[in-house]
Amino acid sequence: MWSRFAPPSGMNRRHFMSHMAGAGALLGSSMSLGHSLRVHADTLKKNHKSCVMLWMGGGPSSMDIWDLKPGTDNGGPFKAISTSGDMQICEHMPLMAKQMHHMSIVRSMSTREADHNRGRYYMHTGYVPDANVDYPSYGAVLSHELMAQRSGLDIPPFVSVGGASEGPGFLGMAWAPFNVSSTGRIRNMEAKLEGDRLAQRRFALETIENSFIAQKRGTVLEDHRKVLGKTFDLLTSAQMEAFNVEKEPDAEKEKYGKNGFGQGCLLARRLVEAGVPFVEVDLGGWDNHTGIFPTLQNDRLPTLDKAMSALVADLSDRGLLEDTAIVWMGEFARTPRINAEGGRDHWARAWSVVVGGAGIKGGKAIGATDEDGMQVVTEPYSSEDLMASVCHGLGISLETTFTSRNGRPMKIANSGKIIKDLFG
Amino acid sequence: MAGISQKFTFTFFAGVSNNAWQRADVSRSMLGAAYGLWLILCVGFVAADEPAVKTSVRRDSKGVTLPKQVEKIDLSMSANWSEFGIKPSPVEEDLKWCRRVFLDVIGRIPSFEEFSEFAKDKGPDKRFSLVNRLINEDRYTEEYANNWSTVWTNVLIGRNGGMENRSLTNREGMQKYLRDCFARNKPYNEMVLELVTACGATKPGADGFNGATNFLAMKVNEEEGTQATAAVSRIFLGLQVQCTQCHNHPFNQWKQQKFWEFNAFFRQTRALRRYVPGSVNREVDHIELINEDFAGKGANAEKAEIYYSLRNGLTKVAYPVFLDGKEIDKSGYVSQVNRRDELGKLMMESPFLDKAIVNRMWAHFLGYGFTKPIDDLGPHNPTTQPQLFDELARDFRDTSYDLKQLIVWITMSQPYQVTSKITKDNASDEPSLGDPPKFSHFYTRQMGAEQLYQSLSVATQANRKGSLEEQQRRREEWTKQFVIAFGTDEGDETTTFNGSIPQSLMLFNGDLIKEAISLETGSWLHGLAQAKTTPTDKIQHLFIAGLGRRPRPEEVSVAQQILVKRKNEVGGMLQDMWWAILNSNEFIFNH
Repeated sequence: MWSRFAPPSGMNRRHFMSHMAGAGALLGSSMSLGHSLRVHADTLKKNHKSCVMLWMGGGPSSMDIWDLKPGTDNGGPFKAISTSGDMQICEHMPLMAKQMHHMSIVRSMSTREADHNRGRYYMHTGYVPDANVDYPSYGAVLSHELMAQRSGLDIPPFVSVGGASEGPGFLGMAWAPFNVSSTGRIRNMEAKLEGDRLAQRRFALETIENSFIAQKRGTVLEDHRKVLGKTFDLLTSAQMEAFNVEKEPDAEKEKYGKNGFGQGCLLARRLVEAGVPFVEVDLGGWDNHTGIFPTLQNDRLPTLDKAMSALVADLSDRGLLEDTAIVWMGEFARTPRINAEGGRDHWARAWSVVVGGAGIKGGKAIGATDEDGMQVVTEPYSSEDLMASVCHGLGISLETTFTSRNGRPMKIANSGKIIKDLFG
Repeated sequence: MAGISQKFTFTFFAGVSNNAWQRADVSRSMLGAAYGLWLILCVGFVAADEPAVKTSVRRDSKGVTLPKQVEKIDLSMSANWSEFGIKPSPVEEDLKWCRRVFLDVIGRIPSFEEFSEFAKDKGPDKRFSLVNRLINEDRYTEEYANNWSTVWTNVLIGRNGGMENRSLTNREGMQKYLRDCFARNKPYNEMVLELVTACGATKPGADGFNGATNFLAMKVNEEEGTQATAAVSRIFLGLQVQCTQCHNHPFNQWKQQKFWEFNAFFRQTRALRRYVPGSVNREVDHIELINEDFAGKGANAEKAEIYYSLRNGLTKVAYPVFLDGKEIDKSGYVSQVNRRDELGKLMMESPFLDKAIVNRMWAHFLGYGFTKPIDDLGPHNPTTQPQLFDELARDFRDTSYDLKQLIVWITMSQPYQVTSKITKDNASDEPSLGDPPKFSHFYTRQMGAEQLYQSLSVATQANRKGSLEEQQRRREEWTKQFVIAFGTDEGDETTTFNGSIPQSLMLFNGDLIKEAISLETGSWLHGLAQAKTTPTDKIQHLFIAGLGRRPRPEEVSVAQQILVKRKNEVGGMLQDMWWAILNSNEFIFNH
């Protein structure tokens, strides 16, 4: 049973009507703000689904981590080791090797964007940068779709830890990433106001705010009001305790690694437990144009290995992994050929990402690259396909359609195709 | 009481008869009429012969004289509006426009007194006079130079440049150089030439100080100067070449070969560390940007060859060639060829130099450029109103790159005069939805972090305390909290001062706001609370200082309710109202 005018997926009727009222009041019939139309109501499972993205800023050399080519000219010095899954990975990822039965590697990613900004945008949205449309990123899209499962959530649904992530695009600032540092400390949270002072201020502010919105000076003003509302909610919410990663026992902190990324992953686990639908944790420093191997071996890989393995194991132990997707990726990977400076440059044509959780099969290596890592030799997959697969795992219908405000319908994940081997 | 000129202000803003506000309205409609007349006159003049001097002005019946580029912009806009079947919004109310032009030209809202001064002006050319005051009068020189220095520092070295330990760039040196450029209204082309060719020390006070070196100092040592290559072409020529470093780009006319040919111009340049004399730990004092002989990978400075790898593994060679195909002598000896000097000369001839700056300035004032993004002028990227864009670029070159002229052209044009209120006749003009901007209404946009800081300083008179350098340092410390760096070697960064929750939290509870609403003795708000005026007058004062308008009845009523709740404690009520004003969309947006 479905109707053209059913509420968008994951929204209750009241929520939906308030969207419509807001959009209608502002802009008449010409546009409806980023709402999505649900087509198959019964495809949705409402089990508190979440997604944790581990974002490797700079472009990690996936052939040195997940798709090794030992013994070839391009292979580099690292050896491959066996794992608990049906694949081998880098010897400097021994802890992850024990968790690979939960995770799968897609070794046949093939994309075209090898510039940092373009690649970051494309991998985050499923769209190449477009002068005319600002597309919403993973965090905005997924939290927008999953938010209705969380009617009581005061924490912003899209949290970005230690990095910027990408913006909400045409979904508007109410779906923007909430950027926090890996310590979980949030600036300017402490409002020590006596009595009902905050309420008085809110009353005065809303009065000014609303009369200005009524002057029809642009949709950004409506977004501003929404963000103010969320800020007020958050100021008074006990849920913000989820950010208090300091409270974790020392052994737990140690397990994830006492560094920004480790504590960020620990924070991500706390946030998922609190019901936050999308958390991105950022680990930069992968732009290794020079001296890549010592950097990976001594620095990046140990940090990644510890935190990522702890996160996977922890979510699994707590029974959260079946509802939580984990996505590991960067904007692209690095040239198979090792350059004169002992580094690798940007390479998007053939590379790997890692996914697991939320119904995604673990332990598999999907697709393959050729002997020296230059080309994908099986069916190539795109950012869109990856995003579609993550949505599918999270129970979000791929028929979900966003209508941009100028009326152009846009399917979720840019009509990407599910990577079938990740399921069933 | 200090600094609050009660008598003066209430004559104009809060008088019983509201005379001033009516006067403001009258002058607005007079300007509207004058503008219409002037437009008619201009259209009538189109056929007439014009002298070759492009800076000529036209004169209307009221004596308002405007450069003819204003007319050029307006005619192009009108034609475009007709084509799309839309109509421009009416002219913006005077005081709202006044706020807008202060924000864009000198980077802050007007003070209470400046609002009054503008409201008092009854001349038909009051808007033109205001722009001229802001760009030409001595009292604004410092703020004008500071604002544009801030804008350009962020363009040239980002918000992070020079902020980290061991940075090769000295932020203060960069700013000092830029302030000086804008204070003296240095022609734009000269500024670019200096930034591209600079040699010398980065730090103010060091021997051979040349602040212009700070643009390139952080971009030449690593990765064979590829950052300098990408930044110079993108910022000054509007050409995005970074993708072509490693491969030919499918959507870009630039090929990999061109990237390395352009890169060759920077290969003689090095940023050298100069140590504190006698320092045991070799503490870096400053950086010196120099040119030195470049031998290339072939170890032969006669040929100075650069090698780069194609994706198929083949190695190719590159020599310095400008983007239009002009080659220079291959020698890597500085005594024979100074490559950056040669590059500077070639850039000065390029029409992309003109287009890049016109686009940047247009977007600064109107929210969107002729292309999106503004620094991508390649043929793959669509241009809106290309003919107007070309002509303005040419005219800018012909006026000897005088940025103040360009400011007048844009701020006096109709797209900058119209209100941000969207009408039923132009609701379709919404570039945030993806269509090209038509500029039929002013696009409401958020203030930048620096604009907010400066505006708060003025509104609360904090700008009257401490030296300029001190204020600047405090502002940068404050701005830093919003910057997030991406983990790349190119130093990309973004800001969370973008209308999201962290920004709201800062405006709710941050130290800056606590200071702005402080009731401590000597504070601005304390002064207002103590003034011998009625609570209603005080509330009016707040609204004018923050928003450039009087409160509406419902806003006065809220204030009265709060006053009752607070048992007639005026200070506390003012504090709550001022907090609400500063947090409102009407304050934080430029509209």
